[in-house]
Amino acid sequence: MQRIGVFVCHCGSNIAATVDVKKVVEIISKEPGVAHCEDYQYMCSEAGQAKILEAVKEKNLSGIVVCSCSPRMHEGTFRKAAERAGLNPYMVEIANIREHCSWIHKDMEEATEKAVILARAAIAKVNLNAPLFPGESRVTKRALVIGGGIAGIQTALDIADAGYEVDIVEKTPSIGGRMSQLDKTFPTLDCSACILTPKMVEAAAHEKITIYTYSEVDKVSGFVGDFTVDIRKKARSVDMDKCTGCGLCQEKCPSKKTPSEFNRGLNTRSAIYTPFAQAIPNVPVIDRDACIKFKTGKCGLCEKVCQAGAINYDQTDEIVTEKYGAIVVATGFDTIKLDNYDEYAYNQSPDVITSLELERVMNAAGPTKGHLERLSDGKHPEHIVFVQCVGSRCNDNRGKSYCSKICCMYTAKHAMLIRDKYPDVKVTVFYIDVRTPGKNFDEFYRRAVEEYGVNYIKGQVGKVAPQPDGKLLVQASDLLDNKQIKMEADMVVLATAIEPSSSVRKIATMLTASIDTNNFLTESHAKLRPVESPTAGIFLSGVCQGPKDIPETVAQAGAAAVKAIGLLAKDKLLTNPCTAKSDELLCNGCSVCANVCPYGAISYEVIQVNDHGIREERRVARVNNALCQGCGACTVACPSGAMDLQGFSNRQIIAEVDAICR
Amino acid sequence: MSHGANKAEKIKEISGVNPLRCMKCGKCSATCPAFDEMDIKPHQFVSYVINDDIEALTSSKSLWKCLSCFACIERCPRDVKPGKLIDAARQLVVREKGADYLKADEIPELLDEELPQQLLVSAFRRYRR
Repeated sequence: MQRIGVFVCHCGSNIAATVDVKKVVEIISKEPGVAHCEDYQYMCSEAGQAKILEAVKEKNLSGIVVCSCSPRMHEGTFRKAAERAGLNPYMVEIANIREHCSWIHKDMEEATEKAVILARAAIAKVNLNAPLFPGESRVTKRALVIGGGIAGIQTALDIADAGYEVDIVEKTPSIGGRMSQLDKTFPTLDCSACILTPKMVEAAAHEKITIYTYSEVDKVSGFVGDFTVDIRKKARSVDMDKCTGCGLCQEKCPSKKTPSEFNRGLNTRSAIYTPFAQAIPNVPVIDRDACIKFKTGKCGLCEKVCQAGAINYDQTDEIVTEKYGAIVVATGFDTIKLDNYDEYAYNQSPDVITSLELERVMNAAGPTKGHLERLSDGKHPEHIVFVQCVGSRCNDNRGKSYCSKICCMYTAKHAMLIRDKYPDVKVTVFYIDVRTPGKNFDEFYRRAVEEYGVNYIKGQVGKVAPQPDGKLLVQASDLLDNKQIKMEADMVVLATAIEPSSSVRKIATMLTASIDTNNFLTESHAKLRPVESPTAGIFLSGVCQGPKDIPETVAQAGAAAVKAIGLLAKDKLLTNPCTAKSDELLCNGCSVCANVCPYGAISYEVIQVNDHGIREERRVARVNNALCQGCGACTVACPSGAMDLQGFSNRQIIAEVDAICR
Repeated sequence: MSHGANKAEKIKEISGVNPLRCMKCGKCSATCPAFDEMDIKPHQFVSYVINDDIEALTSSKSLWKCLSCFACIERCPRDVKPGKLIDAARQLVVREKGADYLKADEIPELLDEELPQQLLVSAFRRYRR
């Protein structure tokens, strides 16, 4: 029998307001095996932990139960306290009487009864706890960053500057991401390329950074500190070592009708292409679906004109296998498809565009060379209408429930830039709310109104109807005036909701990193661990975790880098000792456990056994503790009950259930 | 529970709409083809239900000016669908005995050669219990 100490935390009023803490202590003190029981206002505090140390010494305790918040919050804290008191840290159990009890109940009597029951279950478990000892695993001193936008670039630069090797995997032919498509950036209106390209160059030139563009992550195995990743370098059809980036191939390529991804389909590109002039690397790829040579076997013009002999039609995809200690996801975003929003006539008129498309229109390197013009007839617009919240803040199954966060600011930016460059153009913005929290953000928006005369109208647009004369009839609400207004516009710009990049689901699955219903990667703790995935060794950078603007993305990229560096700086990691263990006397070698193991941690070996004097060979399961993550799937699947999870044994779980049902 | 609150509950029940989901974007009023005919505008319907001011709603002109075209239902980003609220308020009126908007003996007066008979039948169904 253990000598158990039970400590009941008030958590200020978080627990004590709903659970009669004194009564819990009174009842639990009488439980068999309980040698000590007390309550305290904040068990996690220095003074609270001191109480544990004191009680262990005075009462010679062998096990600890802390009735407090979720183990996710403070299990580590109390395990360390137990260790300082000379106990094995795994002799501590947490009864979660906050999240599982006080926070979800209103009635004090019921909540107190439940708190007692939860404490009894934890006591029953501690009774069967045995000391556990963590193993060690190595840390590969190299990081992988998935995504080469501003988030990925910044994370990679920060990790590399700390002295660790970093690989960036980017699926498009160049790093740069969304930021490279932007014209100007709020709230200072500096040119996006001017602040991004130096970072791109710095990343490319950094001796610790390797960039894999036109590449994708194919397979991930292993665990924190020791991931093995297969990177698929898609066939570029151009030799990166030979190509000088002269651009002649792109000029001569006769297939020029593919919509340009970089310019959001507003113009076309050649089959052999670099997405934009400042691309890094400045080496084109051949889009094999568009290339005449690949489609018909005839052409080969690029090969003929290439002085460097860099064109190689026979190139195949190449798989690079590399080991990493940490992985940072920085997969970014895209705008949502507007197919479900017929009322805005996006698919009907080329003069209805998304804000990201407007960025390309405004950009000197864009399809109109930076001239603001209608894409239908090239005419100079007289009136531009901006529509906010297109697909954001919707719970109608057409859009996204969240606020996309960046639209209010970039719309103010667009409106201001247009009024500045073309004072003759009238600009109207329809908004539901203007959300400008951020340093100098509201001042920026007010400047658009007060200094640049942008007409902000509170109300949503109901429909946009293309007219026979080419104008667009906009019908909208003016809620402050309680009117329905109809106005003619030459262009309509939709502040389209953003969503995580479509590739994120596949990547999250490979990494076993959790994602939410909107496909944003989930952070380990919304407030206290915002850049860490719940999966150890996986960190989050940029919009893949939630909508963000550039300054926030850069800040988070740095934070993710710091977390990755903190991991890479360790020589060894302690592994979780709560792993599966097979009893070879019970194991019948059926392989069921190996089939269900998601981590490939179970192998089989043949051993000699002496069964009642009969010597025989038996095939039995063996768990690799370094790979086992303690999920418990094998213990459930094992038909003979040979597999058990240390720290969560079947006996312990049953004892908990028995205590609850008593 | 006051009489008014009772009616507001009834409207929520009939329509299946939770007016608190409204974010006051005004897309319903922006999209409404009968907007100019209405005294209470589609986006205002929501606050009338929230504030239990159902009498004003049921005695409004808007109740019978709504075309049930469903544009607001189709386009509401918050799943509030004012058209459903309006329809529920109409139901409330027609369910009260004697408060029928359209009575059987009025129909001969309304007959018009230009008017399709189907319209009268559906109007009779809609505006009478």
